[in-house]
Amino acid sequence: MSAYDCVMAARANDRPTAIDYITRIFGDSFFELHGDRRFADDKAVIGGIAELNGKPVTVIALEKGRNLKERMDRNFGSAHPEGYRKALRLMKQAEKFKRPVICFVDTSGAYCGIGAEERGQGQAIAENLMEMMALKTPILSIFIGEGGSGGALALAVADEVWMLENAIYSVISPEGCASILWKDASRTAEASECLKLTSQDLFKMGVIERIIREPKDVDSKLFDSLKNLIAQTFDKKAEIEPEKLVEMRYNRFRKF
Amino acid sequence: MTKDIFNFLKPKNELEGHEEKPENKPYIPDELWVKCPVCKNVMLSSDLEDNYKVCLKCGYHFRIPARQRIEMTVDEGTFEEFDKDMMSANIIDFPEYTRKLKNAKINSGENESVITGLCSIGGQKTVIAVMNSQFMMGSMGTVTGEKITKAFEYATQNRLPVVIFTVSGGARMQEGILSLMQMAKTSGAVKLHSDKGLLYITVLTDPTTGGVTASFAMEGDIIISEPHALIGFAGPRVIEQTIRQKLPKDFQSAEFLLEKGFVDAVVERKNMKDTLAKLLKLHSESEVVDIECL
Ligand SMILES: [Zn+2]
Repeated sequence: MSAYDCVMAARANDRPTAIDYITRIFGDSFFELHGDRRFADDKAVIGGIAELNGKPVTVIALEKGRNLKERMDRNFGSAHPEGYRKALRLMKQAEKFKRPVICFVDTSGAYCGIGAEERGQGQAIAENLMEMMALKTPILSIFIGEGGSGGALALAVADEVWMLENAIYSVISPEGCASILWKDASRTAEASECLKLTSQDLFKMGVIERIIREPKDVDSKLFDSLKNLIAQTFDKKAEIEPEKLVEMRYNRFRKF
Repeated sequence: MTKDIFNFLKPKNELEGHEEKPENKPYIPDELWVKCPVCKNVMLSSDLEDNYKVCLKCGYHFRIPARQRIEMTVDEGTFEEFDKDMMSANIIDFPEYTRKLKNAKINSGENESVITGLCSIGGQKTVIAVMNSQFMMGSMGTVTGEKITKAFEYATQNRLPVVIFTVSGGARMQEGILSLMQMAKTSGAVKLHSDKGLLYITVLTDPTTGGVTASFAMEGDIIISEPHALIGFAGPRVIEQTIRQKLPKDFQSAEFLLEKGFVDAVVERKNMKDTLAKLLKLHSESEVVDIECL
């Protein structure tokens, strides 16, 4: 599979979105919490509390929507500043109640628009990066589709980052890269190769800890095994002193 | 005759997110006359220099190289540079990047898009970092992030404030995801510094966009901007393409950010050093405060 095939697979409309993961992993236990308490509720970001093997977790996800209506409603998974602020609010809540945070990432990037700029898109992302780095509770981020630049990183300053086999994570979209560098958006495939955005590339560079193999047809096995992996990981992280955990998280990013 | 001796800067509404062409970026030359790209006023180079490279007629702040910024800002003879020889490599083997780095070095006379060091400003010992638009439009590569992170770590260890002048087109795509990781790395270093109760001031200059805006530029305890600087997450052209409409005039200007509550103050270049000195003094950790100097 070429890097460009991977880009296409990561964006495919029939790919499971965050809602599928939340439903299949946490079932009825998921209780959604809305709003950033400052401006609005951003539907591109879903947040809430759920139970994982009897223990509470905070769940935060970028949701693209599963059909056209949902996609419009969720702004195609491109969050505004209030989405990132909602995420941070829920992470702080998780820290207060000493429960771990799981993030599902699937976005082409933070939204570029007038309202987003007026309300401080850059500041909202920056604050998440800073605060997540010091959050005294475990954070795990799983890239399930697209991981577009700062808008993805704002939910991925984590103790571990995992990627679905065909997910991507990049500093810029291959289209953007091709049009800026070569003034030629048709060279997207070439840009996809150059950017080293596949799970394999990122694993080699130490940017992610784990690749989740994707079965041909998404079946319950994927969600079951993912659920077990998440639970095991949180059990291990729970044994680490919060101060030590934060130090390890800093060092995780310090090495780049 | 006059035609050739004028050097035009790009008007700022032509700027866009991410980096621009690093080559052939026009800068104020050692010519006799200079034309303001905003009001078209023609003035003597020497007059412009004497006026901190600010247009005498309309107040447009010309972009200036990092070295000159340091000269304008720090107490004479106090600057000690950190990591001067640290240089980027083509880590993900990106086409043309090696050549671009070489051009950027020739173009700017510097090894990276940021200069860091120790200095005094108004007698206050401070760690300073100044980004350079002449080096790949101030884009953030791993060495940029490393130098800024090390500067913060030094400041944290030695209980010193940090002042950063930002100018950046954003992430450096030729370094792929490792460029993005610098946003997290620098933010972590800012946080450790902040948690020790130490002061961090950012000065946003034209243009500050993308990954730098979405990390350390917006993390200062105090955020200052030069007048009319373009500041944003997405570049104006990217936004216009996304929303398919023209942006209002002065959208993403320093004054716009001040109005929206994202900048503490817009300060003219000629007052910048005194402003920084005053703020540093107000946060000084020494027991004795000389009231006369405030
Ligand atoms: Zn002028």
